[in-house]
Amino acid sequence: MSNRVHIKDDYLEFNLIRRRLVVSAVIIMMLITMVLIRLYVLQIVDYEHFSTLSDSNRVRIKAIPPIRGLIYDRKGVVLANNLPAYRLEITPEQVDDIDDTLDRLKQYVYFSENDLKRYQQSSRRRRPFESIPLRLNLDDDEVARLAVNLHKFKGVEINARLTRNYPLKGHAIHALGYVGRIDENDLSKVNAIDYAGTSHIGKLGLEKYYESELHGTVGVQKVEVNAKGRTLRVLDETPPISGNNLYLTIYSRLQKIAEDAFGDYNGSVVAIDPNNGEILALVSMPTFDPNLFVNGISVNNYRTLRDSPRMPLLNRALAGQYPPGSTTKPFFALAGLESNSITTSKTRFCGGYYILPKETRKFRDWKKWGHGKMDMMAAITQSCDVYFYDLAYKMGIDLMSPFLAQFGFGEKTGIDSTGEKSGLLPSREWKLRTQNMPWFPGETLNTSIGQGYFLVTPLQLANSTAAMSQKGRRFRPHLVRAIGSSQDEGTRELTPEVAGQYHVIKAQNWEHIRNSMINVVHGARGTARGINRGITYTVAGKTGTAQVFGIAQDEEYDEETVSEKLRDHALFISYAPAEDPRIAVAVIVENGEHGSTVAAPIARLIMDAWLQQES
Amino acid sequence: MNQPLGDENISYTKRLLDALHLDPVLLLLLGLLSIFGMMLLYSASGSNVDLMIRQITRLAIALVLLIVVANMPLRGLKKISTWIYLLGLLLLLAVMFYGEVGKGAQRWLNLGFIRFQPSEILKLAVPMMVASYLAERTLPIGWKALIVSVILVMIPVIMIARQPDLGTAILIGSAGFFVLFLAGIRWKIMFSLGFLFSLMAPLMWKFALHDYQRARILTLLNPESDPLGSGYHIIQSKIAIGSGGVYGKGWLNGTQSQLDFIPERSTDFIFSVFGEEFGFFGSVLLILLYLAIIYRGLYIAARATENFGRLLAGALSLTFFVYLFVNIGMVTGMLPVVGVPLPLISYGGTSMVTLMMGFGLIMSIRSSKRFLG
Repeated sequence: MSNRVHIKDDYLEFNLIRRRLVVSAVIIMMLITMVLIRLYVLQIVDYEHFSTLSDSNRVRIKAIPPIRGLIYDRKGVVLANNLPAYRLEITPEQVDDIDDTLDRLKQYVYFSENDLKRYQQSSRRRRPFESIPLRLNLDDDEVARLAVNLHKFKGVEINARLTRNYPLKGHAIHALGYVGRIDENDLSKVNAIDYAGTSHIGKLGLEKYYESELHGTVGVQKVEVNAKGRTLRVLDETPPISGNNLYLTIYSRLQKIAEDAFGDYNGSVVAIDPNNGEILALVSMPTFDPNLFVNGISVNNYRTLRDSPRMPLLNRALAGQYPPGSTTKPFFALAGLESNSITTSKTRFCGGYYILPKETRKFRDWKKWGHGKMDMMAAITQSCDVYFYDLAYKMGIDLMSPFLAQFGFGEKTGIDSTGEKSGLLPSREWKLRTQNMPWFPGETLNTSIGQGYFLVTPLQLANSTAAMSQKGRRFRPHLVRAIGSSQDEGTRELTPEVAGQYHVIKAQNWEHIRNSMINVVHGARGTARGINRGITYTVAGKTGTAQVFGIAQDEEYDEETVSEKLRDHALFISYAPAEDPRIAVAVIVENGEHGSTVAAPIARLIMDAWLQQES
Repeated sequence: MNQPLGDENISYTKRLLDALHLDPVLLLLLGLLSIFGMMLLYSASGSNVDLMIRQITRLAIALVLLIVVANMPLRGLKKISTWIYLLGLLLLLAVMFYGEVGKGAQRWLNLGFIRFQPSEILKLAVPMMVASYLAERTLPIGWKALIVSVILVMIPVIMIARQPDLGTAILIGSAGFFVLFLAGIRWKIMFSLGFLFSLMAPLMWKFALHDYQRARILTLLNPESDPLGSGYHIIQSKIAIGSGGVYGKGWLNGTQSQLDFIPERSTDFIFSVFGEEFGFFGSVLLILLYLAIIYRGLYIAARATENFGRLLAGALSLTFFVYLFVNIGMVTGMLPVVGVPLPLISYGGTSMVTLMMGFGLIMSIRSSKRFLG
């Protein structure tokens, strides 16, 4: 603008605004003319074209949902397939008196108020010639009873539709996960167009993680409809492409042996091939029937599952976090050797308790009168706590924590499933951050025997054991071995990923730890010697007992008086054959008291089954 | 006998309208449009009586608010402009943090007794704010005033575009721009801004647009590429309008519309139903009715006595045109699909209430002239 001082001149300003209003009116005229030309072209010039499209080609586009991919175990056993499930459907247009029809139908088949309400809602939204489901998932009796009487009902029919089915019920359910009805929340996370016509989506586990592989591609059908909208013929069809099949690393037979071995106990087993991270069995007990969830679980059934004290819905293998107990001793022993805090030959006397310098509090050994003179191998074999208290005091938490982190403790393994928890590897920095408290030396001692804040998941424990068997090489554990395309019959093998590698300072340290762990099972005083009867291969293992509730260090634990829910958890880790490991196992039996008597035999069954089938 | 009675009637009506500060011409045109709208909605909704009752209720509320706003003194409206604008911004901020998500966008604010989109307030607040700011300054608009005004407009526009609600952001942005245009922003500046904008377009394509927005623009260029998604809307909408021909298929007789081929047929795509059932002839009549409303608004702006009224009435009328142009452009496949309803006809309450309040403002501007005499 100019440098002149403007004096508000209403007349000039008025003229300016008026000029601009006139310009606007002209521009509007021009744009409206454009719109009118556009309408002229559509409605008059191209009228014939669009009229033909509208009149003779009443094309309606329908989505055809793809068939969901199947899931097999490593030997080809079907774990998840699709079965036709029968639905009772009604076509409103063909029914003369809907109230009468529903009344009479009640004699032959049960349907709830809820079913009725849903039917009425959708009948208002759909066109009258479309059939609307009244009941999903009819059982054989209902189908038979209805089929015989169907002639009495005009406009009522039974239709079969492919629905996800888990033929082995609860078997391997915590590895598989399940599908459920798509809800609004699910739809907001996927491309709604790809899911047009699809009724189910993976809600948990593999079914969710591999949803994009399993789902497939939606098909499109162009159908011609008459003036009333009824389908006359199919004009053009792009068939749907079925979802890809998953070939799991799970060995169903092994999985079954492990599930049966638990009896009435709750707990978890994870078995891994240490050479590639393939999960051979992933058990969380108890299980539940996933088929309940497929067609919408009833409120009562769901409440029963959710409120059961045994917590069947909890996937203990991935999300159960337990104190590892003495199973971490081989890892701490290796840490001690590597940091020169201990040597294999130097001994320490165990008198049943340990007292920190300048303190009076007694840290007890599980054996009241002590183990006597202990070297490293004896301390692992007999699981002497005092030896490890001393080791922990010498090493300190600042060396212990980072060392165990290199075996995957305290972090998610990255398994190809949902809901994994990270466990907890305590450290000075962690405690300051989360509790704003300093680290106390006594807590270091508790950590060394896998108690205190220390928490692991069964999957983590199995994977760390596998890493120990492979001299520090750790894979990302996985459940899917290959993905099979439904189209060209080809399968895509997934390559194992190395997640970490610990490089040892002294190579023979691996031997020392391995020999100690072999002694746990095969030695005369080994805590797991009970499982070596008749064994044809060498096992390296370690037992563990984890306290469920804290007892003061100078109190005694009496298993007779403690109620079952508060009894100790029994743990066992192992790998075999010790010379050339082909399987690593971690077992946790809740409230099973001792690793040696309850957990170790389960591991033996699994190792037997796997090593026998291999040879 | 009839003649004097008729005269008496007319003068009585005129006096009543004057007392209520209502413009008879605008009121008549809006009434005609609403009647057309209701007829069309009845057809488009598949003769859904419940929906009609809801829409008539909203129309009644909107008319009451129109009368209320028309009776507010213009000076008072000018004074509270800033406060309404600030309140609008505050509510937009609240939406960012506490808003409810619907259809992938966070636009709604739930106050317990009522659920509404704060962006609607800004459709009126932005032109009011800019007009009241510029009314105090000498025109044509200077550099400083221009920069301040642009900032005033861009703050809410960016916040709303991020929700994301591109349609409303465009409407509010244009409302603000129209005030500046009427206030005499130089042609040179306007053209350079236009040039700059077209240079920035590729960058915005890459960074500022959401995936679904990009998809809609690509769909416009090649509707067949996405037959199950938004391409389907455009294809079906064009078939419906085109098959209407000169005189249309008749009310309630549009096969495309009645057989559910047109998606969103009672909201954003309602013009497709109109085009099919009333043809080119009906479409021209409807557009002429809209034009009459817009020109009446521009006329009131030209006759207003104060800059605030002139700028505001002009900008509101021009924004009303943008609604019309974007909506018809979208259903005829000239413009990409952005969520802009056909004004005063599409089903849905909030935009109707805002538009009617806007016309209330225009009527208040018209009557204030007479009061200042």
